[in-house]
Amino acid sequence: MNDLLIIAGREFGSRLILGSGKYASFELMVKALEASGTDMVTVAVRRVNLADRTKESFLDHIDPKKYHILPNTAGCYSADEAIRTAMLAREVLDNNWIKLEVIGDERTLFPDNQGLLEATRELVKEGFVVLPYFNDDLIVARRLVEAGAAAVMPLAAPIGSGLGIQNLTNLRILREQITEVPLIVDAGVGTASDAALAMELGVDGVLMNTGIAGADDPVAMAEAMNLGVRAGRLAYQAGRIPRKLYASASSPLTGAIE
Amino acid sequence: MTIVVNGNRTDIAEGSGISDLIKSLGLDTERVAVELNKRIVRRADWGSTTISEGDKVEIVHFVGGGEGMREP
Repeated sequence: MNDLLIIAGREFGSRLILGSGKYASFELMVKALEASGTDMVTVAVRRVNLADRTKESFLDHIDPKKYHILPNTAGCYSADEAIRTAMLAREVLDNNWIKLEVIGDERTLFPDNQGLLEATRELVKEGFVVLPYFNDDLIVARRLVEAGAAAVMPLAAPIGSGLGIQNLTNLRILREQITEVPLIVDAGVGTASDAALAMELGVDGVLMNTGIAGADDPVAMAEAMNLGVRAGRLAYQAGRIPRKLYASASSPLTGAIE
Repeated sequence: MTIVVNGNRTDIAEGSGISDLIKSLGLDTERVAVELNKRIVRRADWGSTTISEGDKVEIVHFVGGGEGMREP
């Protein structure tokens, strides 16, 4: 099957992108990543804890040759903070990709669109491949594309909420209107049917973390999400039947016994 | 001399550079990034960048994280 997700010229076999937070252990995370079939993993940038050096290094567990590492600016609340974090992230593995988050509100973790646009413009100018997390606003999406974003990543529900796809209409509109860059649902997916539904809308990919890491059995859920994304993608490509109010027999009417 | 590394006051030898600091902290040079007084110091420049009294150094690495997290 040759159905690749292409972002900034880079090809990915899987349309599922995973976060790497909230796992009970590195071992569990590694197994979940494996089961999910993902090719891209997002990671946060934080100070090295110099007081407690017993903690294992994250990169001991994730092989950057196996997974494309997507550093993020999670936890940044201003454009300046996000830009600074992105600049640091680029140095760690000499990787210019960034999942850009500029959070505007602590309770909802909704994005600050103005700060996001400002940071996107600046980072694109600096040569970054920018994947911004934003709310599902078409106009903001267009501005992000104009600013040079390599993909746009609308939320489906608040981060970590597991509420599923709460904005079907807006995602449909985004899908129809944003065709220049990949459209990736980022945040809100709670279970496999949510992932399938997102993909059935025709989005190009889904990014998730809590939906898998927070499940009772993260490895099983990772596999479920893998299948959900693939099922949704296939259904989208297959072209669903139109919805009709009344029944439509699927058996021939001729030759029935009388 | 005394500098501040990741928010903690730290004593290092006079005339030390970024490379010396990273080495003395026992960090994996291929897995961290460094800021000196809020300016990135590229890995290639660690050897030639000296630290002065009172400088603020940030050393970061990758940790597990997806979205919207706060400092622990």
